[in-house]
Amino acid sequence: MGISTESRGSRLASFRLADFPFPTGREEEWRFTPLADLAGLLAGDLAAETVIQVQSQAGASSGPSAGLARTGAGKDRPGRGEAELDDGEPGEVGVRVTTAGRDHPRIGLAPAPGDRVAAAAWAASESATLVTLDATAAGSLTVVRVIGGDGSEPARPSATHLAILAGAGARGTVLLEHTGLARLAQGVEIILEEGADLTVIAVHDWAEGSVHAASHRIRLGRDAHLKHVTVALGGDLVRVTPHIELAREGASLDALGINVTDSGQHHEAQLFIDHAAPNCRSRVAYKGALLGPAAHSVWIGDVLIRSQAEGTDTYELNRNLVLAKGAHADSVPNLEIETGRIQGAGHASATGRFDEEQLFYLQSRGIPEELARSMVVHAFFAELIGQIGCGEVEDALKVAVDAKLDQRRNTHS
Amino acid sequence: MTTLEIRGLHVSVDTPEGEKPILNGVDLEIGSGQTHAIMGPNGSGKSTLAYSLAGHPKYRVTGGSVLLDGEDVLAMSVDARARAGLFLAMQYPVEVPGVTVANFLRTAKTAVAGQAPPLRAWIKEVGTAMDSLRFDREFSERSVNEGFSGGEKKRHEILQMELLKPKIAILDETDSGLDVDALRVVSDGVNRAKATTGTGIMLITHYTRILNYIKPDFVHVFVAGRVAEEGGPDLAERLEAEGYDRFLSAV
Ligand SMILES: Nc1ncnc2c1ncn2[C@@H]1O[C@H](COP(=O)(O)OP(=O)(O)OP(=O)(O)O)[C@@H](O)[C@H]1O
Ligand SMILES: [Mg+2]
Repeated sequence: MGISTESRGSRLASFRLADFPFPTGREEEWRFTPLADLAGLLAGDLAAETVIQVQSQAGASSGPSAGLARTGAGKDRPGRGEAELDDGEPGEVGVRVTTAGRDHPRIGLAPAPGDRVAAAAWAASESATLVTLDATAAGSLTVVRVIGGDGSEPARPSATHLAILAGAGARGTVLLEHTGLARLAQGVEIILEEGADLTVIAVHDWAEGSVHAASHRIRLGRDAHLKHVTVALGGDLVRVTPHIELAREGASLDALGINVTDSGQHHEAQLFIDHAAPNCRSRVAYKGALLGPAAHSVWIGDVLIRSQAEGTDTYELNRNLVLAKGAHADSVPNLEIETGRIQGAGHASATGRFDEEQLFYLQSRGIPEELARSMVVHAFFAELIGQIGCGEVEDALKVAVDAKLDQRRNTHS
Repeated sequence: MTTLEIRGLHVSVDTPEGEKPILNGVDLEIGSGQTHAIMGPNGSGKSTLAYSLAGHPKYRVTGGSVLLDGEDVLAMSVDARARAGLFLAMQYPVEVPGVTVANFLRTAKTAVAGQAPPLRAWIKEVGTAMDSLRFDREFSERSVNEGFSGGEKKRHEILQMELLKPKIAILDETDSGLDVDALRVVSDGVNRAKATTGTGIMLITHYTRILNYIKPDFVHVFVAGRVAEEGGPDLAERLEAEGYDRFLSAV
C-alpha cells in the first residue's frame, strides 16, 4: 500500500502552472520518476506543437497504421496550423476531428492537471485537437497520430493537447499513436456524456531517446463506459498519469495497460481512479514485462471511494514479469475507502520471474527452452490484449508486442 | 526396438533442512511394447522417479545412470529428453494460461518431429485423436489445462501422448480421478499407442482397476525409493488383497 497518509483526493490539481513548484523528487507523485530526464518539460516554456505533428483519420474503417503494422488509407490531415479541420457536418460516421482554441467551450472540461508537467502542457497548448463523437458514431475507429521528429535534429521540449468528447449515447474507438523522436508534455482529456461507450487506446512506441509525460484526465457521465488502454513499448521515459473520475451514477471503467520495457527504459503509469458517485464500477489490469537489466517500470494504482460512492465495485491488478537480473518493477496499489456501503473493493499485485512449472511442462513436450519462454511471455500479454475488444487493434498490438520481444531475443541471445 | 535402462538411480531434493534422499538405487528396464506397472505406498518416490526421468529441475540426481538406447538421458535437457522419445503424463498437469491447446500441440509436434507437420493431415489427426478421447473440438481453442476438470487434464495428457508418439511413456497416476467411462477411453488410448507405435509403458498406479484394461507384463513394488519386489500380473492382485505391510516392515 502507499506510504502517504494524506488523502489522494486532497492532492493539488490546478490549471495554473505557477501553483506547482518545481518538484524535488520526494513528492509522492514524483518519487519513482527520474526527474533529470524530464528537464525541459518542467520549465513551462514549451513549444506548442511546433515539432509535433498531429494527424488524424476520422471514422477510419480500414484500421490502425503508422506505428501499428500497416498504413490505412484515409483522409490524413496535418492538425497543426489549421483553425478548423472540419467545420462542416459530422462525417457519416458521426466523428469529427477539428483544431480548436484552448478557450473553446468543449476544451478544458476534464479534471485539472495534477502535476507540474501536466500544467506546463496546458499552459503551452493554445490550441488543441478536438475529437467529437456523437450518437451516430456507432463502432467507428478514429486514429490520431502524434509523430515526432525523424532524429535528424534533437527533439525540442514541446507540448500538445488532445480532447476527446463522446456525446450522449456515442459509441466508438479512438486510437492514439505516438511514434518518432520527441520530448513531449501532453494533455489528453476525455469526456464521456450519459450512456456513451468509448474505447481509447494510447500506444507509445517512441523512438529511442524520447521522453513523454502524458496526463490523461477523464470524466465519466451517467451510465457511461470507458475502456482505457495504455501501451508503452518505445521511448526512454514514458510516464502516463490517468486520472479518471467516475462522476455520475452507473459509470463504468475498464483500464488496461501493457508495458514491455527494456534496459535503459523507464515506463511509468500512475492511475487515480476517483469513485465520486454511487454504483460505479472499475476494473484495472496492468501487465508489464521487463526485458533487460536496467529496465524500470512503475505502476501506482490509487483508488479513492468517496463517501457518496455507495455501491462501488472496484478491483485493480498489476502483474510484472521480470526477465532479467537487475530489472526493477515498482508496484503500489492503494485503496482508500470513505464509505462502508460498497459492493466490493480489492487489489492484487504480483511481480515475479517465469513460472518454472509452466516452462517445465512445455519443455517436457520437446519445446526448446527459448521458445517455451517466449510462448509464456506472449501468452501473458495475449490474455490482456484479448480484452481490448477491437480485433484490428488487437492484432496490430500483438504484432508490435511480439516485435519488441523478439528484438530483445535477438539482441540478448 | 527401444530400451530404457535405469541403473542404481539415486535422487534427492533440496529442503530447508538440507538435502533429502528420496530414490535409493532404482533398477528398472523397459523395452518397446512392454507395460510395467509400478505400485507402491504414498510418498515412496514414484513421482520422484517419473519427474527425474523427465528432468524436472527440482530433483537432483546423486548417483546411477539412465540410458535410452545407450544414450545418456541424464545429460540431456528436459526438451531434448522429450525429443529423444520420452514422455511423462503428469500426476498434476500444469496450467498454461494464454497458450491454446491447438498451438501447444502443434508446437510440441513440430519440436519432437523436427519439422512442422503438414497442416491438413495434422488437423485431421488431432481431430481423430480428440474424438477418440471424447474431447469436444472447442478444447483446441482453450488455454492448456486452464479450468480443465481433473479427468480432462488426464485425458489431455493421453491426447498428447497419442500425437507425440513417444518411444517410452511414463504415466503417473493417469487413472486417478477418472470415472469408469474415462478410464476406458484413456486405456484405449494407451493400448492404441502400444499397438501402433510400440510405445513402452511405465504405468504408476494405486489401483488394479486400470490393469484390467491395460495388461501389464511386469509389476514392480516400489517402497522407500527403490524396487522392493518384481513379478507378473498376479503380484498386483496380491498387493490389492494384502497391502504393503509386508514390504514396509522389511525396511
Ligand atoms: N521439496 C521437498 N521437501 C521435502 N520432501 C519432499 C520434497 N519433495 C518431495 N518430498 C518427499 O519425497 C517423497 C516422495 O514423494 P513422491 O511424490 O515421489 O511420492 P509418490 O510415491 O509419488 O506418492 P503418491 O503415491 O502420494 O503420489 C515424499 O515423502 C515427499 O514428501
Ligand atoms: Mg505421486
